Amino acid sequence: MPSLNHYLVLSAILFAIGTAGVFVRRNLITILLSIEIMLNAVNLTFVAFGRALGSAEGQIIVFFVITVAAAEAAVGLAIIIALFRHHESLNPDTFTLLKW
Amino acid sequence: MLLLIPLLPFAGFLLNACFGRRLSKTVSGGIACATIAGSFALSLASVWNLLSRNPESQAIVLDVGSWIRSGDFDAALALRLDPLSAVMILVVTGIGALIHVYSTAYMHEEPAGEYARYFSYLNLFAAFMLLLVLGANFLVMFVGWEGVGLCSYLLIGFWYQKQSASDAGKKAFIVNRIGDFGFILGILMIVLHFGTVDFLEIARSAAVLQPETVFGPLSAITLLLFVGATGKSAQIPLFVWLPDAMEGPTPVSALIHAATMVTAGVYMIGRNAVLFSHAPETLTIIAVVGAATAFMAGTIGLVQNDIKRVLAYSTVSQLGYMFLAMGVGAFGAGVFHLYTHAFFKALLFLGSGAVIHALAGEQDLRRMGGLKNALPITYWTFVIGALAIAGVPGLAGFFSKDEILFRAYAEGHTVLWVIGMLTSLMTAVYMFRLVFLAFHGDRRSEINHSLPASSGLPGSPAHTTHEGASHLHDAPPAMALALIVLAVGSVVAGWVGIGGRFEHFLEPSFAEAAVVEVGAPGLAGTLMVVSSAVAFAGIGIAWWFFLKNRAAAAAVAERFSGLYRLLTNKYYVDEIYNATLVEPIHIISEHGLWKGVDVRGIDGAVNGTGEIVRLSGRLLRLAQTGSVRAYAASLFLGVVAILGYYLWR
Repeated sequence: MPSLNHYLVLSAILFAIGTAGVFVRRNLITILLSIEIMLNAVNLTFVAFGRALGSAEGQIIVFFVITVAAAEAAVGLAIIIALFRHHESLNPDTFTLLKW
Repeated sequence: MLLLIPLLPFAGFLLNACFGRRLSKTVSGGIACATIAGSFALSLASVWNLLSRNPESQAIVLDVGSWIRSGDFDAALALRLDPLSAVMILVVTGIGALIHVYSTAYMHEEPAGEYARYFSYLNLFAAFMLLLVLGANFLVMFVGWEGVGLCSYLLIGFWYQKQSASDAGKKAFIVNRIGDFGFILGILMIVLHFGTVDFLEIARSAAVLQPETVFGPLSAITLLLFVGATGKSAQIPLFVWLPDAMEGPTPVSALIHAATMVTAGVYMIGRNAVLFSHAPETLTIIAVVGAATAFMAGTIGLVQNDIKRVLAYSTVSQLGYMFLAMGVGAFGAGVFHLYTHAFFKALLFLGSGAVIHALAGEQDLRRMGGLKNALPITYWTFVIGALAIAGVPGLAGFFSKDEILFRAYAEGHTVLWVIGMLTSLMTAVYMFRLVFLAFHGDRRSEINHSLPASSGLPGSPAHTTHEGASHLHDAPPAMALALIVLAVGSVVAGWVGIGGRFEHFLEPSFAEAAVVEVGAPGLAGTLMVVSSAVAFAGIGIAWWFFLKNRAAAAAVAERFSGLYRLLTNKYYVDEIYNATLVEPIHIISEHGLWKGVDVRGIDGAVNGTGEIVRLSGRLLRLAQTGSVRAYAASLFLGVVAILGYYLWR
């Protein structure tokens, strides 16, 4: 029977993978997926705590997070499509116009 | 009624200043003359009223109201007419009125707007001068004192298009400011010491004090006041502005720089006679400065070639006499000389103005000569003025100058008396040098040829429009009237002083300060003979050198060429002041204060603040790369840092 610690460690590993993905990958879609991984790592933590403490609140928050993540994915993908139409590229390093 | 005396000319000033451009010359000149003449009539009435009073309490005080009240200190806006100010207002309004009349003719070729501007300044001057002499305390006097300085500046620079005129105006103003600085400090010390600025109260407080034998507060106060007087009355070391002030129109030189304003310093000392007589050290300094100024200016006057400059140095010299009189404690004699001097010096200036007018702006004595027949009225009045100033017996200058020299001798200042006598000799010489060079001998220059020297300047009264510029004309009626009246005055003005009546009249103003020690009557007679002899000797010398034997004058100048150059260059005083004061101040101001403190320090601090913000902004925006991943990295690192801080705290 896996204990709370196992879930938390798994969640930490997932979060680290997601973070590394955001930094290392050069494709906007992959970065978006990495963000999803980070969000789900957090979801896992919520659910794990909720189960360990015998409360449903953790799962309720996870529903919210999933909803927001869906919206975020929709908006993010729309932005990526728009960017691609402009630059014919998905490399985030080509999009450096938003500065002084 | 007392208040109306200064207010009438002030009303004239307002009228001419506000509506002058729209008035014709006749009207604006008429307003100016009428107001000052009205003021003269009121002055006569006031003085008549004063004379009819009890001689013990001879003063009319008009308290208009409280001006400044703070704790124990109370400065009233008050006017005071006593014998001393009575003399002054008669001189200011009487001679002022004549000069206004004279000016209507002298300035008649100015355009109407300028004409009105001239008369508005002249009226304003009269108003301030009357305020100065009527003021019952130092503050009221100070308003007048500064006001006449302002008018002097405005009128010297009347032809402001001419560079030299506007420079002379500024010079007069700045030099006067130096003196005024001392004057203000003196007034402040009086407030500290006596707690009042009222002349009468100061005199009462001072009268009970012992005269200071060593340098004390009274000496400091009087010395500071005297610094103010040296500025206003052109004494060493602040006399340099007066000769340059001759850039103004000639009637202005006559009114402001000969008859009235420059005597304000003498009047101020006379007004505070009690105070000054309690500071013997200051009196000695005043006497020495006066005598030195009289002598120095006299020697410069001997060699000047500009007709007005000779008269200017003569004025400085005569003012020196007045200060000599004040310094030896002969306050009455000093004011007497002030009064007679106003007549003959105004006359001489107006006469020289008539000459300049006739010669279309020519002022150089070397180009004059032989004007005697062409300008008879000017000539005869001028000669009367010259005789009066030279001290020929019977004329005004004789009585007053003789009185001063007698008092100097009687008080034991023998050295000062000798200097005074020498100056008296020089006075006769330079005045008759002027008469002989300008009016006698042959014409040395045709007016047509002299024109290029002066006609191009906007400043000189441009009389080029006269039909045939070589047409010499004597003074027009308005000018002739002023000349004749003043000539009569120069003869008879001194008579009121016979037997010490004038000084006796003034005595209430000086209170116990003017204790007249009557010298041996034989002594007075002897000195009178000596000074008359000196006057005639001076005229004789002038006749010999400048009429009979002009080669001799050149030979003497050749023989003592070093001295001659020293004198023609006015002892290089201007140059010395330039090198030792003006230039260093200029350099300090430009390179130290302007380019150093102001540009580097103040501007630097303001600009530096902006520069620092700009620079740090430029550095900070390097962090703003626009790269999304860099932002994400910094966000992540920030979170790690904050979490790390709280975890390992």
